Amino acid sequence: MLKILKYSFYDLMRSRWSYVYFIFYLLLGFVLLFLNNDVSKAVITLMNIIIVLTPLIGTIFGVMYYYNSREFTELLLAQPINRSKIFMGQYIGISLSLTLSLLLGLGIPFVAYGLFKSAAIFDFSLLLVVGSFLNFIFVALSYNIALSTENKIKGFGYAILMWLFLAVIYDGLFLISLMIFNDYPLDKFSLIATMFNPIDLSRILILLKLDISALLGYTGAVFRKFFGTNVGMLISMFILILWVVFPVFRINRKLRKKDF
Amino acid sequence: MKFKIFFFLFFSVLTISAKQIEVCHSCTIKTISEAIKISVAGDEIFVKKGIYKEQNIIIDKSISLIGEKGAVIDGENEGGILIFETDNFTIKGIKIINVGISYTIDYAAIKVVKAQNFIIEDCILEGVFFGILIEKSKKGIIRNNKISSNRKNEASSGNGIHIWSGSEMEIYNNELFGLRDGLYFEFVKKSEIYKNVSHDNIRYGLHFMFSNHNIYHHNEFRNNGAGVAVMFSKFITMYNNTFKLNWGSASYGLLLKEIYDAEIYNNLFEENTIGINGEGCTRINYTNNTFLRNGWAVKIAGACYANIFEKNDFMHNSLDLAYNSKVNDNKFENNYWSEYTGYDLDKDGVGDIPYRPVKLFSYIVNKTPEALVLLRSLFVDIINFSEKVSPVFTPDNLMDKKPIMKRIND
Amino acid sequence: MIEFKNLHKSFGKLTVLDGLDLSIKKGGIFAILGPNGSGKTTLIKCLLGMVIPNKGEINFNNKSVLKKWEYRDNLNYLPQIANFPPNLTVIELINMVKNLRPKESEESKLIKLFGLEDFLNKKLGNLSGGTKQKVNIVLTFMFDSELIILDEPTTGLDPIALIHLKELIQEEKAKGKTLLITTHIMSVVDELADEIVFLLDGRIYFKGSIEALKKQTNNNNLEHAIANLISKQYA
Repeated sequence: MLKILKYSFYDLMRSRWSYVYFIFYLLLGFVLLFLNNDVSKAVITLMNIIIVLTPLIGTIFGVMYYYNSREFTELLLAQPINRSKIFMGQYIGISLSLTLSLLLGLGIPFVAYGLFKSAAIFDFSLLLVVGSFLNFIFVALSYNIALSTENKIKGFGYAILMWLFLAVIYDGLFLISLMIFNDYPLDKFSLIATMFNPIDLSRILILLKLDISALLGYTGAVFRKFFGTNVGMLISMFILILWVVFPVFRINRKLRKKDF
Repeated sequence: MKFKIFFFLFFSVLTISAKQIEVCHSCTIKTISEAIKISVAGDEIFVKKGIYKEQNIIIDKSISLIGEKGAVIDGENEGGILIFETDNFTIKGIKIINVGISYTIDYAAIKVVKAQNFIIEDCILEGVFFGILIEKSKKGIIRNNKISSNRKNEASSGNGIHIWSGSEMEIYNNELFGLRDGLYFEFVKKSEIYKNVSHDNIRYGLHFMFSNHNIYHHNEFRNNGAGVAVMFSKFITMYNNTFKLNWGSASYGLLLKEIYDAEIYNNLFEENTIGINGEGCTRINYTNNTFLRNGWAVKIAGACYANIFEKNDFMHNSLDLAYNSKVNDNKFENNYWSEYTGYDLDKDGVGDIPYRPVKLFSYIVNKTPEALVLLRSLFVDIINFSEKVSPVFTPDNLMDKKPIMKRIND
Repeated sequence: MIEFKNLHKSFGKLTVLDGLDLSIKKGGIFAILGPNGSGKTTLIKCLLGMVIPNKGEINFNNKSVLKKWEYRDNLNYLPQIANFPPNLTVIELINMVKNLRPKESEESKLIKLFGLEDFLNKKLGNLSGGTKQKVNIVLTFMFDSELIILDEPTTGLDPIALIHLKELIQEEKAKGKTLLITTHIMSVVDELADEIVFLLDGRIYFKGSIEALKKQTNNNNLEHAIANLISKQYA
């Protein structure tokens, strides 16, 4: 698996898109910090970008890589290697290269700016952790879609649709249902609904750092327990890990029955 | 001769009146109560190092009660400790611990009734029910004291400095923590509170009720259960105070309720659930304050008229302003808003397009508090944007027409 | 050497292999023929473990191959379409495949044979279809395995490369290897194949030597003989 990982990683690290992605983050970091001179504001803007963009890029890279390397994958499948190792190698290769683009692209400007002396270091590291998780989650989700869809165009469409659903539509439905069932106690519902969407979950994790003063304004006991203690942080992190584990598990299950 | 005798008597009276009474475990006078009993007006009682287990000491003579370092009065949780019922007294350097709790009587470490011209300074009051309780008094100075308690709930705890009916008080350099309210004013006039630190209290750091014409400044209020409350008062001036880390569902940096004609300037509101919560506030000027990383910088609940927000910095608050009505009679102008995305083409330092501090999302959260978990989501940004373009739910005249481009109170 | 027993495979409603039985003995060149969609590629992929049969058994050297992967060390496969990671160079790809298999390899001779020396440090994304196919062939023949499976090996090759490929195939045969070839080019079959396996409707319709086929169809030309077989399907 490590060998496949290594080559997928090399391959991607040399692709133009990895550079575009890397340079995008690099520019973003520099622009935010040096034109703005305000680390807190930079972190908030970055959060908005990271929770929307990393899933999108992860999804697109995942599907593209799967469909583009289909023939090569066939060649690999004829080699004496376990199927799931091939795909896990590719999966980790893509996720890692994307994560590296993110970490370096944002890390360099922030280090250059002198982040280590700033109090925002924790918020910033959390952003990077969440961004990395989102990469791993969305590449896994898009691999699931690609594995289940033979047609490249359809697969691409489904993947984008999934992103759109999780990034925007889900929250819309969520908000509407909160408003419709206004008369009922909704704190449990709203927390659980958050857990079912990795983008929302990541957002909550960052909110726990950035907007804790607002979050504690709500009266519900469940809310208070969740946001007021470390419970929220731990649960969110744990579920974020599950969001990686389940799609990966499903990839492996799907592979057992899959024809190439 | 007569004259000489008179002179002698006069001097002896003077020396007697200025006499110092020492209290210690090895002295002839072993308790403070004893010392008070034999003292006359003008005497100084010097309490030497040691622990004195006494309660309900009533002082009705104008004396000075001075403590040596290490002089401690232990009330053994059985009631009040010192009760001054006289004018012109001083208490200094005494440490008082373990005041009793009662649900019917307000036991205090130092209680002052109907007094004038007194000084309470350098005292440490620990494990108190009420710390300093002052009734119907005026012209007192309370300074450099440290008052604390460790009670867990509101009912079993009292206030640090509690003044009921008073005027011309001066309260400064005190530290108050672990109490119900750090400072409590009811029917107090013309008083000044400054350079105090009131933190980690169960309810309010500072609480004003029916107290007009007061000034408080350079105080720090942090991590209190509900922040600072100023209620039913007129002509209060508040400046250079810091309000921070007041977190919770009913927590504010500053709660203003039924307030008229106040000046609020140069204050810092940092990381509170709500920076300022205003209900029924009229003619209040908010100038040069900084609102940094609060949940809501300002929440205006209703019946607030002619409030003016000018030259304030609104920085990185989750929501800048919450408004529960569609009518607006308050003015926002020349503030700095970190969320402002407009431009300044003519380079005069003022943004060319107005800023709308009330977002649609803040309106939604008012109606459906659980929606808060969707803060900063892309969907919320989209609906906020559409509301910004054409306001439907939020007051459309509520805007800062001249937002400043750079921080004002840096 | 290879045995397929009662092999069933369908993709959705489309049945591709329908109770196929086939055994292939060790040594020689076997051409797997059949009209489009007759299941040639599916059959090979079943053997390679890329397609999982609905029913049936596949043995390679008397061991079942289903759900296994180790046996693949003893076979080489040339896929139909050569498409490699575009950002790797040719030599990196060769090294990678070498790296994946514990076996000895002798790629240098093959690289020279197909004139790929100048391309070794080029990215695979920049190569022409024919050159990619040459790389593909190098990857297939550089290992010494008992079984070699070639799926449409002649696609995109220039005449010289084609001659080299045929030579290679003959060489391997001479070493006693077993070769499975699918192709639509009858001249190649005529030239190389020892035995023909003809698939139709998901079953083996004919298995035997070219001579036997010609005899059975009463046709001296292989192309026509095959056409004859296929036309029977439509009749």
